[in-house]
Amino acid sequence: MPLKINNHPYDLPGDPRVSLLDFIRREAGLTGTKKGCDHGQCGACTVIVNGKRINSCLTLAVMHDGDEVTTIEGLGTPTEPSALQQAFVEHDGYQCGYCTPGQICSATAMLDEIAAGMPSDATDDVSGAPTLTDEEIRERMSGNLCRCGAYPNIVAAIREVAGAAS
Amino acid sequence: MKPFDYLRAEGLDLASQQTAPDGAMAIAGGTNLLDLMKLQVESPDTLVDVNPLSMDQIADEGDGLRIGAQATNTATANHARVRSDYPVLAKAILAGATQQLRNKATTAGNLCQRTRCYYFTNIDQPCNKREPGSGCGAIDGIARLHAVLGTSSECIATYPGDMAVAMTALDAKVEIANGDGNSRTVPVRDFHRLPSDTPHIDNVLEPGEIITGVTLPAPVGGTQLYRKVRERSSYAFALCSVAAIVDMADGRISRADLAFGGLAHKPWHDPRIGELLVGEEPSLALYDKAADLLLEDAQGYGENDFKIPLARRALTATLCEATGVEA
Repeated sequence: MPLKINNHPYDLPGDPRVSLLDFIRREAGLTGTKKGCDHGQCGACTVIVNGKRINSCLTLAVMHDGDEVTTIEGLGTPTEPSALQQAFVEHDGYQCGYCTPGQICSATAMLDEIAAGMPSDATDDVSGAPTLTDEEIRERMSGNLCRCGAYPNIVAAIREVAGAAS
Repeated sequence: MKPFDYLRAEGLDLASQQTAPDGAMAIAGGTNLLDLMKLQVESPDTLVDVNPLSMDQIADEGDGLRIGAQATNTATANHARVRSDYPVLAKAILAGATQQLRNKATTAGNLCQRTRCYYFTNIDQPCNKREPGSGCGAIDGIARLHAVLGTSSECIATYPGDMAVAMTALDAKVEIANGDGNSRTVPVRDFHRLPSDTPHIDNVLEPGEIITGVTLPAPVGGTQLYRKVRERSSYAFALCSVAAIVDMADGRISRADLAFGGLAHKPWHDPRIGELLVGEEPSLALYDKAADLLLEDAQGYGENDFKIPLARRALTATLCEATGVEA
Protein backbone atom coordinates (compact mmCIF):
# COMPACT_ATOMS: atom_id res chain seq x y z
CA MET A 1 0.00 0.00 0.00
CA PRO A 2 1.39 3.42 -0.87
CA LEU A 3 1.51 6.31 1.55
CA LYS A 4 -0.99 9.01 0.57
CA ILE A 5 -0.22 12.66 1.11
CA ASN A 6 -3.12 15.00 0.34
CA ASN A 7 -4.68 12.13 -1.65
CA HIS A 8 -1.60 11.65 -3.83
CA PRO A 9 0.09 8.21 -3.54
CA TYR A 10 3.83 7.87 -2.88
CA ASP A 11 6.07 4.81 -2.64
CA LEU A 12 7.73 4.35 0.74
CA PRO A 13 11.41 5.34 0.92
CA GLY A 14 14.17 2.74 0.70
CA ASP A 15 16.13 4.18 3.62
CA PRO A 16 14.18 3.54 6.84
CA ARG A 17 15.85 6.53 8.54
CA VAL A 18 13.77 9.03 6.55
CA SER A 19 11.34 10.78 8.88
CA LEU A 20 7.82 11.45 7.67
CA LEU A 21 8.72 15.14 7.84
CA ASP A 22 11.74 14.79 5.53
CA PHE A 23 9.68 12.59 3.21
CA ILE A 24 6.92 15.20 2.95
CA ARG A 25 9.38 18.01 2.26
CA ARG A 26 11.94 16.27 0.06
CA GLU A 27 10.17 13.41 -1.70
CA ALA A 28 6.73 14.97 -2.03
CA GLY A 29 8.13 18.49 -2.38
CA LEU A 30 5.51 19.87 0.01
CA THR A 31 7.52 22.47 1.90
CA GLY A 32 4.62 23.98 3.82
CA THR A 33 5.34 21.56 6.65
CA LYS A 34 8.28 23.01 8.57
CA LYS A 35 11.25 21.56 10.44
CA GLY A 36 11.79 23.46 13.68
CA CYS A 37 13.45 21.46 16.45
CA ASP A 38 13.23 18.01 14.79
CA HIS A 39 12.66 16.56 18.29
CA GLY A 40 8.90 16.86 18.85
CA GLN A 41 9.21 19.93 21.04
CA CYS A 42 8.04 22.78 18.81
CA GLY A 43 5.14 21.46 16.70
CA ALA A 44 6.19 23.19 13.44
CA CYS A 45 6.10 19.78 11.70
CA THR A 46 2.53 18.94 12.79
CA VAL A 47 0.52 17.09 10.14
CA ILE A 48 -2.70 15.09 10.29
CA VAL A 49 -2.35 11.32 9.81
CA ASN A 50 -5.56 9.26 9.51
CA GLY A 51 -7.40 12.16 11.16
CA LYS A 52 -4.99 12.61 14.08
CA ARG A 53 -2.37 15.32 14.52
CA ILE A 54 1.18 14.11 15.09
CA ASN A 55 4.75 15.43 14.99
CA SER A 56 5.98 14.27 11.57
CA CYS A 57 9.60 14.60 12.73
CA LEU A 58 9.21 11.80 15.30
CA THR A 59 7.95 9.06 13.02
CA LEU A 60 9.55 7.10 10.20
CA ALA A 61 8.02 7.33 6.74
CA VAL A 62 8.32 3.53 6.35
CA MET A 63 5.94 3.12 9.29
CA HIS A 64 3.12 4.81 7.34
CA ASP A 65 2.31 2.14 4.80
CA GLY A 66 -1.25 2.86 3.62
CA ASP A 67 -1.72 5.91 5.85
CA GLU A 68 -3.43 9.12 4.73
CA VAL A 69 -1.48 12.26 5.53
CA THR A 70 -2.90 15.78 5.31
CA THR A 71 -0.50 18.71 5.28
CA ILE A 72 -1.19 22.44 5.23
CA GLU A 73 -1.33 22.26 1.41
CA GLY A 74 -4.18 19.75 1.72
CA LEU A 75 -6.32 21.97 3.93
CA GLY A 76 -6.84 24.85 1.50
CA THR A 77 -5.30 27.04 -1.15
CA PRO A 78 -4.57 30.77 -1.34
CA THR A 79 -7.77 31.24 -3.33
CA GLU A 80 -9.82 28.75 -1.33
CA PRO A 81 -8.45 28.80 2.21
CA SER A 82 -9.93 26.68 4.99
CA ALA A 83 -11.89 28.50 7.71
CA LEU A 84 -8.87 28.37 10.03
CA GLN A 85 -6.47 29.56 7.33
CA GLN A 86 -8.78 32.51 6.66
CA ALA A 87 -9.15 33.24 10.38
CA PHE A 88 -5.36 33.23 10.92
CA VAL A 89 -5.07 35.86 8.17
CA GLU A 90 -7.88 37.99 9.55
CA HIS A 91 -6.63 37.84 13.15
CA ASP A 92 -2.94 38.24 12.24
CA GLY A 93 -2.23 34.90 13.93
CA TYR A 94 1.48 34.94 13.11
CA GLN A 95 4.43 37.21 12.56
CA CYS A 96 7.21 35.37 10.75
CA GLY A 97 4.84 32.55 9.72
CA TYR A 98 7.25 29.66 10.29
CA CYS A 99 5.11 27.91 12.91
CA THR A 100 1.83 28.71 11.14
CA PRO A 101 1.36 25.54 9.03
CA GLY A 102 1.86 23.44 12.16
CA GLN A 103 -0.44 25.71 14.17
CA ILE A 104 -3.21 25.41 11.58
CA CYS A 105 -2.88 21.64 11.13
CA SER A 106 -2.88 21.28 14.90
CA ALA A 107 -5.90 23.55 15.36
CA THR A 108 -7.80 21.77 12.57
CA ALA A 109 -7.44 18.41 14.35
CA MET A 110 -8.07 20.05 17.73
CA LEU A 111 -11.51 21.25 16.68
CA ASP A 112 -12.36 17.67 15.69
CA GLU A 113 -11.14 16.46 19.11
CA ILE A 114 -13.38 18.99 20.85
CA ALA A 115 -16.32 17.95 18.67
CA ALA A 116 -15.64 14.33 19.69
CA GLY A 117 -15.77 15.36 23.37
CA MET A 118 -12.16 14.55 24.22
CA PRO A 119 -10.96 15.98 27.55
CA SER A 120 -7.72 17.88 28.15
CA ASP A 121 -5.61 18.82 31.15
CA ALA A 122 -7.68 22.02 31.35
CA THR A 123 -10.97 20.10 31.64
CA ASP A 124 -12.29 20.23 35.22
CA ASP A 125 -14.26 16.98 35.02
CA VAL A 126 -12.63 14.46 32.68
CA SER A 127 -15.77 12.30 32.72
CA GLY A 128 -17.82 15.06 31.08
CA ALA A 129 -17.72 16.91 27.78
CA PRO A 130 -15.33 19.86 27.53
CA THR A 131 -16.36 23.43 26.72
CA LEU A 132 -13.99 25.39 24.53
CA THR A 133 -12.72 28.17 26.78
CA ASP A 134 -9.56 30.14 25.99
CA GLU A 135 -7.82 28.10 28.70
CA GLU A 136 -8.80 24.92 26.85
CA ILE A 137 -7.51 26.31 23.53
CA ARG A 138 -4.18 27.27 25.11
CA GLU A 139 -3.72 23.87 26.77
CA ARG A 140 -4.69 21.94 23.66
CA MET A 141 -2.33 24.03 21.50
CA SER A 142 0.65 23.78 23.89
CA GLY A 143 2.49 21.50 21.47
CA ASN A 144 2.84 24.36 18.98
CA LEU A 145 5.34 27.02 19.93
CA CYS A 146 5.40 30.51 18.37
CA ARG A 147 8.67 32.32 18.95
CA CYS A 148 7.12 35.56 17.68
CA GLY A 149 4.57 35.32 20.47
CA ALA A 150 1.45 35.62 18.33
CA TYR A 151 -0.46 33.50 20.83
CA PRO A 152 -3.30 35.97 21.61
CA ASN A 153 -4.14 36.25 17.90
CA ILE A 154 -3.80 32.48 17.35
CA VAL A 155 -6.29 31.91 20.18
CA ALA A 156 -8.59 34.57 18.68
CA ALA A 157 -8.51 32.88 15.26
CA ILE A 158 -9.29 29.45 16.72
CA ARG A 159 -11.98 30.86 19.01
CA GLU A 160 -13.71 32.47 16.04
CA VAL A 161 -13.77 29.27 13.97
CA ALA A 162 -14.78 27.15 16.97
CA GLY A 163 -17.59 29.56 17.75
CA ALA A 164 -18.80 29.49 14.19
CA ALA A 165 -18.76 25.71 14.18
CA SER A 166 -20.74 25.21 17.39
CA MET B 1 20.84 8.73 12.93
CA LYS B 2 22.94 5.62 12.35
CA PRO B 3 21.82 3.08 9.73
CA PHE B 4 19.62 0.20 10.91
CA ASP B 5 17.57 -2.65 9.50
CA TYR B 6 13.82 -2.16 9.68
CA LEU B 7 11.57 -5.19 10.20
CA ARG B 8 7.81 -5.41 10.55
CA ALA B 9 6.71 -7.79 13.30
CA GLU B 10 4.98 -10.90 12.03
CA GLY B 11 3.56 -12.50 15.16
CA LEU B 12 4.40 -12.01 18.82
CA ASP B 13 6.81 -14.91 19.26
CA LEU B 14 8.83 -14.00 16.17
CA ALA B 15 8.96 -10.35 17.26
CA SER B 16 10.23 -11.52 20.61
CA GLN B 17 13.02 -13.51 18.94
CA GLN B 18 13.84 -10.58 16.68
CA THR B 19 14.13 -8.10 19.56
CA ALA B 20 16.14 -10.43 21.81
CA PRO B 21 19.67 -9.85 20.41
CA ASP B 22 21.83 -6.99 21.64
CA GLY B 23 21.32 -4.05 19.32
CA ALA B 24 17.73 -4.95 18.36
CA MET B 25 14.86 -2.87 19.69
CA ALA B 26 11.09 -2.77 19.34
CA ILE B 27 9.50 0.44 18.07
CA ALA B 28 5.83 1.37 18.47
CA GLY B 29 4.96 5.10 18.65
CA GLY B 30 8.63 6.02 18.39
CA THR B 31 8.25 9.42 20.07
CA ASN B 32 11.00 8.72 22.61
CA LEU B 33 13.12 6.19 20.73
CA LEU B 34 13.48 8.21 17.50
CA ASP B 35 14.31 11.32 19.51
CA LEU B 36 17.10 9.36 21.25
CA MET B 37 18.27 7.82 17.96
CA LYS B 38 18.70 11.30 16.45
CA LEU B 39 20.87 12.17 19.45
CA GLN B 40 22.72 8.83 19.08
CA VAL B 41 21.87 8.03 22.68
CA GLU B 42 20.27 4.93 21.16
CA SER B 43 21.76 3.44 18.00
CA PRO B 44 20.05 0.09 17.37
CA ASP B 45 21.17 -1.97 14.40
CA THR B 46 17.69 -3.50 14.03
CA LEU B 47 14.30 -1.91 14.66
CA VAL B 48 11.31 -4.22 14.91
CA ASP B 49 8.09 -2.32 14.21
CA VAL B 50 5.54 -3.95 16.53
CA ASN B 51 2.56 -1.98 15.20
CA PRO B 52 1.47 -4.87 12.92
CA LEU B 53 0.76 -6.89 16.11
CA SER B 54 -2.29 -4.62 16.65
CA MET B 55 -2.20 -4.86 20.44
CA ASP B 56 -4.20 -1.66 20.83
CA GLN B 57 -7.50 -2.86 22.24
CA ILE B 58 -8.94 -1.49 25.48
CA ALA B 59 -11.52 -3.89 26.92
CA ASP B 60 -13.27 -4.91 30.12
CA GLU B 61 -11.52 -7.73 31.95
CA GLY B 62 -13.70 -8.97 34.76
CA ASP B 63 -14.60 -5.86 36.74
CA GLY B 64 -11.31 -4.29 35.71
CA LEU B 65 -9.97 -2.95 32.43
CA ARG B 66 -7.23 -4.23 30.15
CA ILE B 67 -5.32 -1.63 28.14
CA GLY B 68 -3.41 -3.03 25.16
CA ALA B 69 0.32 -2.33 24.93
CA GLN B 70 -0.19 -0.29 21.77
CA ALA B 71 -3.27 1.66 22.85
CA THR B 72 -2.24 5.27 22.37
CA ASN B 73 -2.15 7.60 25.34
CA THR B 74 -4.98 9.53 23.65
CA ALA B 75 -7.12 6.40 23.28
CA THR B 76 -6.58 5.49 26.93
CA ALA B 77 -7.23 8.97 28.33
CA ASN B 78 -10.34 9.29 26.16
CA HIS B 79 -11.78 5.84 26.94
CA ALA B 80 -15.20 6.13 28.56
CA ARG B 81 -14.36 3.74 31.42
CA VAL B 82 -10.98 5.32 32.10
CA ARG B 83 -12.67 8.73 32.31
CA SER B 84 -15.44 7.52 34.62
CA ASP B 85 -13.82 4.73 36.69
CA TYR B 86 -10.10 5.58 36.66
CA PRO B 87 -10.02 9.39 36.30
CA VAL B 88 -6.60 9.56 37.98
CA LEU B 89 -5.21 7.76 34.93
CA ALA B 90 -6.94 10.03 32.41
CA LYS B 91 -5.74 13.10 34.33
CA ALA B 92 -2.16 11.86 34.58
CA ILE B 93 -1.94 11.08 30.86
CA LEU B 94 -3.49 14.42 29.90
CA ALA B 95 -0.99 16.20 32.17
CA GLY B 96 1.90 14.79 30.12
CA ALA B 97 3.37 15.81 26.75
CA THR B 98 1.17 17.30 24.00
CA GLN B 99 -1.78 16.07 21.99
CA GLN B 100 0.52 15.38 19.02
CA LEU B 101 2.77 13.17 21.16
CA ARG B 102 -0.08 11.47 23.02
CA ASN B 103 -1.61 10.55 19.65
CA LYS B 104 1.49 8.43 18.90
CA ALA B 105 2.76 7.42 22.35
CA THR B 106 1.68 3.97 23.50
CA THR B 107 1.08 2.27 26.84
CA ALA B 108 4.17 0.07 26.60
CA GLY B 109 6.37 2.81 25.17
CA ASN B 110 5.32 5.18 27.90
CA LEU B 111 6.26 2.61 30.57
CA CYS B 112 9.66 2.08 28.88
CA GLN B 113 10.48 5.74 28.17
CA ARG B 114 13.95 6.81 29.24
CA THR B 115 14.93 9.54 31.67
CA ARG B 116 15.21 13.16 30.51
CA CYS B 117 18.43 13.68 32.54
CA TYR B 118 20.49 16.23 30.58
CA TYR B 119 23.62 14.10 30.95
CA PHE B 120 21.89 10.97 29.66
CA THR B 121 20.71 12.75 26.51
CA ASN B 122 24.08 14.39 25.73
CA ILE B 123 26.60 11.87 24.42
CA ASP B 124 29.48 14.26 25.18
CA GLN B 125 28.77 13.98 28.91
CA PRO B 126 29.48 11.17 31.37
CA CYS B 127 26.45 9.04 32.26
CA ASN B 128 26.39 5.67 33.99
CA LYS B 129 22.94 4.97 32.59
CA ARG B 130 23.97 5.52 28.96
CA GLU B 131 27.54 4.30 29.29
CA PRO B 132 28.14 2.21 32.42
CA GLY B 133 31.29 3.20 34.27
CA SER B 134 31.59 6.64 32.66
CA GLY B 135 30.45 8.45 35.81
CA CYS B 136 27.49 10.66 36.69
CA GLY B 137 27.55 14.29 35.63
CA ALA B 138 24.39 15.17 37.50
CA ILE B 139 25.45 14.34 41.07
CA ASP B 140 27.69 17.41 41.27
CA GLY B 141 26.17 19.15 38.26
CA ILE B 142 22.88 20.39 36.86
CA ALA B 143 20.30 18.43 38.80
CA ARG B 144 17.08 20.42 38.87
CA LEU B 145 14.96 17.58 37.44
CA HIS B 146 16.66 14.89 39.47
CA ALA B 147 15.73 12.40 42.16
CA VAL B 148 15.69 12.86 45.92
CA LEU B 149 14.47 9.35 46.83
CA GLY B 150 16.08 5.98 46.13
CA THR B 151 19.19 7.45 44.47
CA SER B 152 22.58 5.77 44.32
CA SER B 153 26.15 6.99 44.03
CA GLU B 154 25.95 5.97 40.35
CA CYS B 155 22.74 7.70 39.22
CA ILE B 156 20.19 10.28 40.37
CA ALA B 157 17.99 10.23 37.25
CA THR B 158 14.21 10.31 37.49
CA TYR B 159 11.62 8.25 35.69
CA PRO B 160 9.93 11.06 33.73
CA GLY B 161 6.42 9.78 33.04
CA ASP B 162 2.96 10.57 34.43
CA MET B 163 0.88 7.60 33.22
CA ALA B 164 2.84 5.05 35.26
CA VAL B 165 2.49 7.17 38.41
CA ALA B 166 -1.29 6.86 38.18
CA MET B 167 -0.97 3.15 37.35
CA THR B 168 1.19 2.76 40.46
CA ALA B 169 -1.49 4.33 42.64
CA LEU B 170 -4.09 2.09 40.96
CA ASP B 171 -1.88 -1.00 41.49
CA ALA B 172 -2.10 -1.96 37.80
CA LYS B 173 -0.31 -5.02 36.42
CA VAL B 174 1.97 -5.26 33.38
CA GLU B 175 1.51 -8.31 31.11
CA ILE B 176 4.76 -9.45 29.52
CA ALA B 177 5.19 -12.10 26.79
CA ASN B 178 8.53 -13.87 26.59
CA GLY B 179 8.48 -15.32 23.10
CA ASP B 180 7.97 -19.01 23.78
CA GLY B 181 4.22 -18.69 24.19
CA ASN B 182 4.49 -17.93 27.91
CA SER B 183 3.77 -14.71 29.74
CA ARG B 184 4.23 -13.24 33.18
CA THR B 185 2.59 -10.46 35.12
CA VAL B 186 4.48 -7.80 37.05
CA PRO B 187 2.84 -5.09 39.18
CA VAL B 188 3.60 -1.61 37.81
CA ARG B 189 4.89 -0.94 41.34
CA ASP B 190 7.68 -3.48 40.67
CA PHE B 191 8.24 -2.87 36.96
CA HIS B 192 10.77 -0.02 37.20
CA ARG B 193 14.01 -0.46 39.15
CA LEU B 194 16.03 1.73 41.45
CA PRO B 195 19.42 2.66 39.94
CA SER B 196 21.65 0.91 42.49
CA ASP B 197 24.94 0.00 40.77
CA THR B 198 23.23 -0.93 37.47
CA PRO B 199 21.49 2.31 36.43
CA HIS B 200 21.60 1.30 32.76
CA ILE B 201 18.78 -1.17 33.50
CA ASP B 202 15.56 0.86 33.80
CA ASN B 203 13.08 -1.94 34.39
CA VAL B 204 12.61 -5.67 34.82
CA LEU B 205 12.09 -6.53 31.11
CA GLU B 206 14.47 -9.27 29.97
CA PRO B 207 15.87 -9.38 26.41
CA GLY B 208 13.15 -10.50 24.00
CA GLU B 209 10.30 -9.82 26.42
CA ILE B 210 7.48 -7.73 24.98
CA ILE B 211 4.80 -5.91 26.95
CA THR B 212 1.36 -6.97 25.71
CA GLY B 213 -0.88 -4.92 27.99
CA VAL B 214 -1.64 -3.39 31.36
CA THR B 215 -4.59 -4.46 33.49
CA LEU B 216 -6.33 -2.19 35.94
CA PRO B 217 -8.08 -3.78 38.94
CA ALA B 218 -11.79 -3.30 39.60
CA PRO B 219 -12.48 0.39 40.22
CA VAL B 220 -12.67 1.65 43.80
CA GLY B 221 -14.68 4.54 45.21
CA GLY B 222 -13.40 7.84 46.49
CA THR B 223 -11.69 10.88 45.09
CA GLN B 224 -9.03 10.48 42.40
CA LEU B 225 -6.58 13.33 41.89
CA TYR B 226 -3.38 13.93 39.92
CA ARG B 227 -1.44 17.00 41.01
CA LYS B 228 1.56 17.84 38.85
CA VAL B 229 4.02 20.60 39.70
CA ARG B 230 6.13 21.75 36.77
CA GLU B 231 8.13 24.70 35.47
CA ARG B 232 5.36 25.85 33.09
CA SER B 233 1.65 25.13 33.03
CA SER B 234 1.69 22.73 30.06
CA TYR B 235 4.09 20.42 28.24
CA ALA B 236 6.76 20.03 30.90
CA PHE B 237 7.98 17.09 32.94
CA ALA B 238 7.00 16.86 36.59
CA LEU B 239 9.26 18.36 39.23
CA CYS B 240 6.94 16.48 41.55
CA SER B 241 3.58 14.83 40.97
CA VAL B 242 1.11 13.06 43.22
CA ALA B 243 -1.47 10.49 42.12
CA ALA B 244 -4.03 9.95 44.84
CA ILE B 245 -7.04 7.70 45.36
CA VAL B 246 -8.57 8.70 48.68
CA ASP B 247 -11.86 7.67 50.23
CA MET B 248 -13.60 8.59 53.48
CA ALA B 249 -16.02 6.69 55.73
CA ASP B 250 -17.60 8.04 58.94
CA GLY B 251 -15.28 11.04 58.98
CA ARG B 252 -12.16 8.94 58.72
CA ILE B 253 -9.87 8.09 55.83
CA SER B 254 -10.78 4.61 54.56
CA ARG B 255 -8.44 4.45 51.56
CA ALA B 256 -5.25 6.29 50.63
CA ASP B 257 -3.43 4.88 47.62
CA LEU B 258 -0.68 7.35 46.74
CA ALA B 259 2.14 7.44 44.22
CA PHE B 260 4.68 10.11 43.37
CA GLY B 261 6.40 11.17 40.16
CA GLY B 262 9.49 13.29 39.61
CA LEU B 263 11.12 12.17 42.84
CA ALA B 264 12.84 8.91 41.97
CA HIS B 265 14.11 6.50 39.32
CA LYS B 266 10.65 4.90 39.41
CA PRO B 267 7.11 5.96 40.27
CA TRP B 268 7.40 6.09 44.06
CA HIS B 269 5.03 4.09 46.22
CA ASP B 270 5.51 3.80 49.98
CA PRO B 271 2.90 1.47 51.50
CA ARG B 272 3.57 2.89 54.96
CA ILE B 273 1.86 6.15 53.98
CA GLY B 274 -1.47 4.47 53.27
CA GLU B 275 -1.17 2.47 56.48
CA LEU B 276 -0.53 5.66 58.46
CA LEU B 277 -3.50 7.51 56.95
CA VAL B 278 -6.21 4.84 56.88
CA GLY B 279 -8.45 4.90 59.96
CA GLU B 280 -7.43 8.41 60.94
CA GLU B 281 -9.38 11.65 60.90
CA PRO B 282 -8.05 14.03 58.26
CA SER B 283 -5.89 16.86 59.61
CA LEU B 284 -2.89 18.93 58.64
CA ALA B 285 -0.94 17.35 61.49
CA LEU B 286 -1.64 13.89 60.07
CA TYR B 287 -0.54 14.95 56.58
CA ASP B 288 2.65 16.37 58.02
CA LYS B 289 3.38 12.96 59.53
CA ALA B 290 2.70 11.33 56.15
CA ALA B 291 5.17 13.72 54.52
CA ASP B 292 7.73 12.98 57.27
CA LEU B 293 7.44 9.30 56.39
CA LEU B 294 7.66 9.89 52.63
CA LEU B 295 10.73 12.07 52.94
CA GLU B 296 12.60 10.54 55.91
CA ASP B 297 15.40 9.26 53.63
CA ALA B 298 15.21 12.05 51.03
CA GLN B 299 18.51 13.51 49.87
CA GLY B 300 18.97 16.60 47.74
CA TYR B 301 21.85 17.20 45.33
CA GLY B 302 22.05 20.98 45.44
CA GLU B 303 19.90 22.17 42.55
CA ASN B 304 17.08 19.80 43.44
CA ASP B 305 17.06 20.44 47.22
CA PHE B 306 13.80 22.34 46.67
CA LYS B 307 12.04 19.10 45.76
CA ILE B 308 12.00 17.95 49.39
CA PRO B 309 9.82 20.81 50.69
CA LEU B 310 7.96 20.80 47.35
CA ALA B 311 7.00 17.14 47.76
CA ARG B 312 5.79 17.83 51.31
CA ARG B 313 3.56 20.66 50.10
CA ALA B 314 2.29 18.73 47.07
CA LEU B 315 1.36 15.75 49.25
CA THR B 316 -0.35 17.97 51.85
CA ALA B 317 -2.24 19.96 49.22
CA THR B 318 -3.42 16.80 47.47
CA LEU B 319 -4.64 15.19 50.69
CA CYS B 320 -6.34 18.44 51.78
CA GLU B 321 -8.15 18.66 48.44
CA ALA B 322 -9.21 15.01 48.64
CA THR B 323 -10.51 15.23 52.21
CA GLY B 324 -11.81 18.80 52.41
CA VAL B 325 -9.25 20.01 54.94
CA GLU B 326 -8.35 23.72 54.77
CA ALA B 327 -4.72 23.89 53.63
